Amino acid sequence: MTTSFTEVAASNATLRAFLHGLPGVDRVGADQRAAMLGTRSIKTTAKARAIDLAISMVDLTTLEGADTPGKVRAMCAKAVHPDPGDPSVPKVAAVCVYPDLVGRAVEALGDSGVRVASVATGFPSGRTSLEVKVRDTELAVAAGADEIDMVIDRGAFLSGDYRKVFDEIVAVKAACARDAAAGKGDAHLKVILETGELATYDNVRRASWLAMIAGADFVKTSTGKVSPAATLPVTLVMLEAVRDFRDRAGRMVGVKPAGGIRTTKDAVKYLVLVNETAGEDWLTPEWFRLGASSLLNDLLMQRGKMATGRYSGPDYFTLD
Amino acid sequence: MFEYAPAPESRDIVDIRPTYGLFINGEWVDSLGDARDKTINPASEEVLAEFAHADEADVDRAVAAARKAYDSVWGRLPGRERAKYLFRIARIVQERARELAVLESLDNGKPIRESRDVDLPLVAAHFFYYAGWADKLEHAGLGQAPRPLGVAAQVIPWNFPLLMLAWKIAPALACGNTVVLKPAETTPLTALAFAEICRQADLPPGVVNIVTGAGDTGRALVDHPDVDKVAFTGSTEVGRLIARSVAGTRKRVTLELGGKAANIVFEDAALDQAVEGVVNGIFFNQGHVCCAGSRLLVQESIADELLGALKRRLSTLRMGDPLDKNTDIGAINSAAQLAKIRELSEAGEREGAERWSPSCPIPEKGFWFPPTLFTGVAQSHRIAREEIFGPVLSVLTFRTPAEAVEKANNTPYGLSAGVWTEKGSRILWMADRLRAGVVWANTFNRFDPASPFGGYKESGYGREGGRHGLEAYLDVRPM
Repeated sequence: MTTSFTEVAASNATLRAFLHGLPGVDRVGADQRAAMLGTRSIKTTAKARAIDLAISMVDLTTLEGADTPGKVRAMCAKAVHPDPGDPSVPKVAAVCVYPDLVGRAVEALGDSGVRVASVATGFPSGRTSLEVKVRDTELAVAAGADEIDMVIDRGAFLSGDYRKVFDEIVAVKAACARDAAAGKGDAHLKVILETGELATYDNVRRASWLAMIAGADFVKTSTGKVSPAATLPVTLVMLEAVRDFRDRAGRMVGVKPAGGIRTTKDAVKYLVLVNETAGEDWLTPEWFRLGASSLLNDLLMQRGKMATGRYSGPDYFTLD
Repeated sequence: MFEYAPAPESRDIVDIRPTYGLFINGEWVDSLGDARDKTINPASEEVLAEFAHADEADVDRAVAAARKAYDSVWGRLPGRERAKYLFRIARIVQERARELAVLESLDNGKPIRESRDVDLPLVAAHFFYYAGWADKLEHAGLGQAPRPLGVAAQVIPWNFPLLMLAWKIAPALACGNTVVLKPAETTPLTALAFAEICRQADLPPGVVNIVTGAGDTGRALVDHPDVDKVAFTGSTEVGRLIARSVAGTRKRVTLELGGKAANIVFEDAALDQAVEGVVNGIFFNQGHVCCAGSRLLVQESIADELLGALKRRLSTLRMGDPLDKNTDIGAINSAAQLAKIRELSEAGEREGAERWSPSCPIPEKGFWFPPTLFTGVAQSHRIAREEIFGPVLSVLTFRTPAEAVEKANNTPYGLSAGVWTEKGSRILWMADRLRAGVVWANTFNRFDPASPFGGYKESGYGREGGRHGLEAYLDVRPM
């Protein structure tokens, strides 16, 4: 955190003044811009590259009460080799599971290079005490998670208690720290804004800045449990925020739209949005992720279509 | 950079004849003279077609055909019958939208993204809108039993060839007038395609006549003693000549001329959307827009921030093949226009303004001009006063709302203006004071058939579009 942001975070009043001093977002204009970028026509070589890039950005996710170790193991196998018949398919960026399954995922992934992300902090509502949130995070980190996806307290945010949201992010970020001797760096912190509950684009921009000032490594749209989840305009606003934050603070923050991204066409639209809003620096799995569970098979199917000129049926791709 | 592979729209769907005649009385006829012109693709300088250069005798035939159609058929047809033809035309335009969009981009140089997503939908919308009015003219609030004027002489520009045709023809026909239209000499192809649409719609012969040619053809048409109404969109210079020519005659006239619109950005504006709006305001259609926001007035407190954002955004604009669906900036319509843009830009540099363009590859053939910004512009510079009609933005600053209004109004033109602020009361305050036919708030270059459009001062007189647009084609006698 730079000195100027220390002052910003000094009290709820200073935080409020700063966040409300950010330029507004005109909903109509943002929607139009996102729609315009959605009409970019991506063909042939560019599409082939985009599909591989999108695959390498996927956070393969299972967040169900019914998740089992077996389900997680199977998903991990798929994460490493998305298409068993085609070794040229890149591996995905990460698998995303509940904290109690982190150990299983770490074990299953071994040294494949696929990272393990875990949703902590009382996911998905976040309605629990800070102690519980911190402990939840510590357990996931101790089990070997490389990335923590935390949810912000939307209730506190909407009531104007920015300082509370800020403090929680700072505390969870601290809980992501790992002993350097352990051989693994600190876990990356992804902050889920749950934009569907924030209602306005102004709030999305403010929440993004709040998370970034508090130390987030990533800002993420949604838990996937609330509708609407990720949308193009919301992601546009977040990309503008990380772009402006880098100009101001000199630090890059990643962006992860999550939930509702199901088709290759959608994924490509997000890549276009990244390219033309934040810029090509963000077009790597390190700085942009797609949170999705059903997207991967469509990407594989389109990839097959590009290679063979024909569509195969859904049964040609694994369900894990 | 994440390069998009070319995604060109196929030009096979258009059928361009090697040579075109004139469309008079529902038939293709040869010109009585021998003069011919060529229209080229401004992006490649390839000759697309040859077309007739109508002379006075041709114009005379066309006006006579329009007069006959007016007296014998169209002027007597009930509104509900005229509406059917207009609806039919609107539907055919929609069905043939892709073909017309490609044709427009080929002939004009504008990106297919704009001809496909903006021009063609608006063309159809105008015919649908005025079709709806055809049988309701008595309820337009213009007086009881309004009557058509007769034969309308219409001369349109090259920047939105088909859209300007729709703006002119749709209200004229809805009100019961017949039409002789002259498209611009650099962009006649979509008007000639429209002639085919008139036949496809079974429009009675002579209701719409299209004569191609250059300035002399236009003059012959405007000066013709048997036209009742003149409608012109184009340069202020030509507008003056027309005003002089019709002065003292019974002819009604509407003129939609040049502009030098101010796009005013306040410090509390939604900045990212304002940047988009400024880009759309001046770089849409290569700046070939009479209502283009060619003067950016930005509040001094955010000038640096906005300019930084604007330059960053300009660097992502893609210039090139107009038929590529990913192209944002197409070709300049003609060599003459390119020369004019260059001349004014050089004047800007000479006068001391600072010129900036993003680095972008310029195709070898065709007419191209990169998106250009001028900073440090003063009101007294030529680039702040004269209409450049190209992708050139002059940036000025202001300190208070009153100063913004003063500077925005300090122009011989008054077609449009834009205001960017999150403060609703300021939008209303500004809109009250800006002397411009259209004031957009937190948006720019949005058109709708229901919304009247026209200018103050040297931007012309009369309104097109909306209920107001009917008045220009009706004789309203108080009873």
